Amino acid sequence: MLKFTRQQMAARVAQDIPEGSYVNLGIGLPTMVADYLPEGREIVLHTENGLLGMGPAPEKGKEDWDLINAGKQAVTALSGASFFHHADSFAMMRGGHLDICVLGAFQVSQKGDLANWHTGAADAIPAVGGAMDLAIGAKKVWVMMDHVTKEGVHKLVEKCTYPLTGSACISRVYSDIAVIDVTRTGLVCIETAPGVEFAEVEALTGAPLADGRGKKAA
Amino acid sequence: MINKIVARVEQAVADIKDGSTILVGGFGTAGMPYELIDAVIAQGAKDLTIVCNNAGNGDTGLAALLKTKRVRKIICSFPRQSDSWVFDELYRAGEIELEVVPQGNLAERLRAAGAGVGAFFSPTGYGTLLAGDRETRNIDGRDYVLEFPIHGDVALIKALKGDRWGNLVYRKTARNFGPVMATAAKNTIVQVDEVVELGALDPEAVATPGIFVQRIVAIGAQG
Repeated sequence: MLKFTRQQMAARVAQDIPEGSYVNLGIGLPTMVADYLPEGREIVLHTENGLLGMGPAPEKGKEDWDLINAGKQAVTALSGASFFHHADSFAMMRGGHLDICVLGAFQVSQKGDLANWHTGAADAIPAVGGAMDLAIGAKKVWVMMDHVTKEGVHKLVEKCTYPLTGSACISRVYSDIAVIDVTRTGLVCIETAPGVEFAEVEALTGAPLADGRGKKAA
Repeated sequence: MINKIVARVEQAVADIKDGSTILVGGFGTAGMPYELIDAVIAQGAKDLTIVCNNAGNGDTGLAALLKTKRVRKIICSFPRQSDSWVFDELYRAGEIELEVVPQGNLAERLRAAGAGVGAFFSPTGYGTLLAGDRETRNIDGRDYVLEFPIHGDVALIKALKGDRWGNLVYRKTARNFGPVMATAAKNTIVQVDEVVELGALDPEAVATPGIFVQRIVAIGAQG
């Protein structure tokens, strides 16, 4: 089966981010979305360690380690950027000021529950960072992830088996084979990757999936 | 004359007592008050509770303090990192207690302490393991968990510049927890790259007003 590449996934998410949005891109795969934001749209990136107007990585050798993102990578500040402390930064999230947050996930349930912080393994050292804040930290919280694990296990499920990061917080999932909305009536496939059949997506989804292609409502 | 400037880091941390709760600024290494932490290590206070976003990086700063085994408990959001081997080993050996708090709740619990708020309802963590058995409430259709303030006996903070009244400006994302921690401790000790004359900082740009600061030490001035 044909799948979206990482780059195509990032570009697909970026396409849905409207002009003027304030956006937080989570650590890992979602970070790539920054490289595909459509030309001509003014989109302000937030990083929860205290920067709005985050720019791309600096040239090698020009890193400033007082200017980093939530993944502790060196970044730059664009014209119009602002710095702020942690309580203000999380007020932007918790207070519903950010428009969109894009996160990675271990599992997403048909109700929009998110599991992405802890595998529940007994010997794992728990570390949550901003994951739970991000899960409830924007008007729309999207997930970007592979549709199934490397072992072929479902990641879109009826009920998460990993410890939750947030409940009923995800509104849309961008996978490597489909775009899926989480609605009151359950999961609805609104798009499949080119060459992918709905039935294939359905078979790889661990919860009932409706075919909403062509009836797309943002 | 108000003068919060202390000449040396040793003086700045001299009276930290055993059993203290110490708020340590920084997000990873950005804003980590290395010199103040080294002074605490030399000072010898033990049975400490540390509040910091991370649990130390590499072998310096907070990691070096943890290594002395004088930290009983750490409250943080993200202890496990690629270079947190000092903490990882202590934790696996059962030699340090860990309280994991979502990052925004950590910041807001500190803010509440500094603002005199007795407790607050946060939506972050509702329905998760980290909500524990604390009280929950549905307010206008949204679910919340009751969160309590985190007060510090001491805060150790790094800023860029300060004056003798304790007014501070920070540098870029190294600001992170500094301004909230400064409000939340009884004794806020700040290391700055440079102490400037009163009036040299633009009042419009002061990020931490001096009322929240007790001591300031210029690191550039250390011999």
